[in-house]
Amino acid sequence: MNNSDNQIIITVSGKDKVGIVASVSNCLAKYKVNIEDIKQTIMQDNFVMMMLCDIKKLEVSFKDFKDAMLNLGSELGMEIWVQKKDIFDKMHTI
Amino acid sequence: MTNFNQQKILETIEMVKIHHLDIRTTTLSLSLRDCCTTDTKKTATKIYDKILKYASNLVSFANEIENEYSIPIVNKRIALTPISLIGESCDNVDYIYLAQAIDKAGAEVGVDFIGGFSALVDKGFTKGDLKFFEQIPEALAQTKKLCSSVNLGTSKAGINMDAVLKTADVIKKTAQLTSNEDSIGAAKFVCFCNAVSDNPFMAGAFCGVNEAECALNIGVSGPGVVSSAISQLDKNADFGEVANCIKKMAFKITSAGELIGRRLAKKLNIPFGVIDLSLAPTPLRGDSVAEIFKAMGLEQAGAHGTTMALAMLNDAVKKGGIMASSYVGGLSGAFIPVSEDAGMIEAANLGSLTIDKLEAMTSVCSVGLDMIAIPGDTPNSTIAGIIADEMAIGMINKKTTAVRIIPVIGKNVGQSAEFGGLLGSAPIMKVNSYSSENFVNRGGRVPAPLHSLNN
Repeated sequence: MNNSDNQIIITVSGKDKVGIVASVSNCLAKYKVNIEDIKQTIMQDNFVMMMLCDIKKLEVSFKDFKDAMLNLGSELGMEIWVQKKDIFDKMHTI
Repeated sequence: MTNFNQQKILETIEMVKIHHLDIRTTTLSLSLRDCCTTDTKKTATKIYDKILKYASNLVSFANEIENEYSIPIVNKRIALTPISLIGESCDNVDYIYLAQAIDKAGAEVGVDFIGGFSALVDKGFTKGDLKFFEQIPEALAQTKKLCSSVNLGTSKAGINMDAVLKTADVIKKTAQLTSNEDSIGAAKFVCFCNAVSDNPFMAGAFCGVNEAECALNIGVSGPGVVSSAISQLDKNADFGEVANCIKKMAFKITSAGELIGRRLAKKLNIPFGVIDLSLAPTPLRGDSVAEIFKAMGLEQAGAHGTTMALAMLNDAVKKGGIMASSYVGGLSGAFIPVSEDAGMIEAANLGSLTIDKLEAMTSVCSVGLDMIAIPGDTPNSTIAGIIADEMAIGMINKKTTAVRIIPVIGKNVGQSAEFGGLLGSAPIMKVNSYSSENFVNRGGRVPAPLHSLNN
């Protein structure tokens, strides 16, 4: 896989509470996913965080990792999306 | 490049989550030209084996890529070389046997539909074609995933009216054989004028004789994305602004299809074919082409102005999409199926949308009269008349037109047919009660039209 193939965007949204960043980061570390950039904001009373991550060192399949993240989302009561980054570059750039 | 734009990410998620952006279909186009033998059973085995060889990974790989991008790939399909061509070298060919083998292969590899039970008879029939036409209804009644199509006319050859008459009989007989399921068999059959060889959409997908060994063709979708973008424009935005807005959305939708299609083709190790620049609705609320007309300012689909709205929509979708893909083909444009579009169903139920208005709309839309339920006792000659009108629009305007019409046996105007899934439900629409019989029974061939003096 080339570099851009390894880049993913994780979007976390929902009601703000203590420990969201910690829980998500912890899970990423467990899967050896490196966080390259984080942006977060409050939109219409919702906490929204986006993380640019690198999955080069991921040791399980993308699906297993994504399932783990989605489960974490359910536990936290947050919506989590995990997507390869190139879709955003392709869709919004000529 | 490590930067990322939050707005773009949120917009994409919203497009998928709220406005139903999806890849409608990834269709594997597969040539069967090397499957001809003189024995039906041997031909069937060769076809079955070839489908399994090429398509075994189609569904699992598509699911994997869908997961990576979180953009649904709704259908996985296969399009084959027209079976009338492959079967006719067999002694005493049994097309129903071939149909069953294809259906079994489709079930084995797990695709949603498998198309190409087709014949190209725009200029005339071979002996094999004649036998093929006779066996279509039974083949459709005995299979689940098989889709059938016939090409009855072209702008170059004219219209084969003998084939139009036979097609009306095929539609009626198929409807009768599947009358216990609201005649759903007829929903898996379509007739064309100017059929295209790389269409990924059913029921009309087949792998043309000019196509490569195999290729992956993509059909995208996202009417909800377009209607939502238009709704967000200023109410007084002029048509130039509306067209621009549609173009931008079509670019985004098509780009997603292009990326996902290319990824999947690479993973399957087959060439990427074309992307069909399409807006295809589903019965879900908000995933409707009719909603786009409303967003543009029409009270209902079918109101005066609808044909223009569709013309502009169709043109802008192509203009926006073409920038996003290197290879564009298929039917490319906005589809206007009635049963598959909640807004169209509503308009038909209210009496705003009639079969006559739909016919006018087909002169500017992507294809033709699509998923229209009519009374089960409609005479075959009237169905032939409906087909003839639609073929004429295609022939003269040098565009693809089609008819997928379902005479719902045992039902009449005021009732509705339930097909389920992507095929949706359809109110039975009124047809003109005056006879076309003496006209269509003339038979023969409508001569090819003049291609100049275009008035």
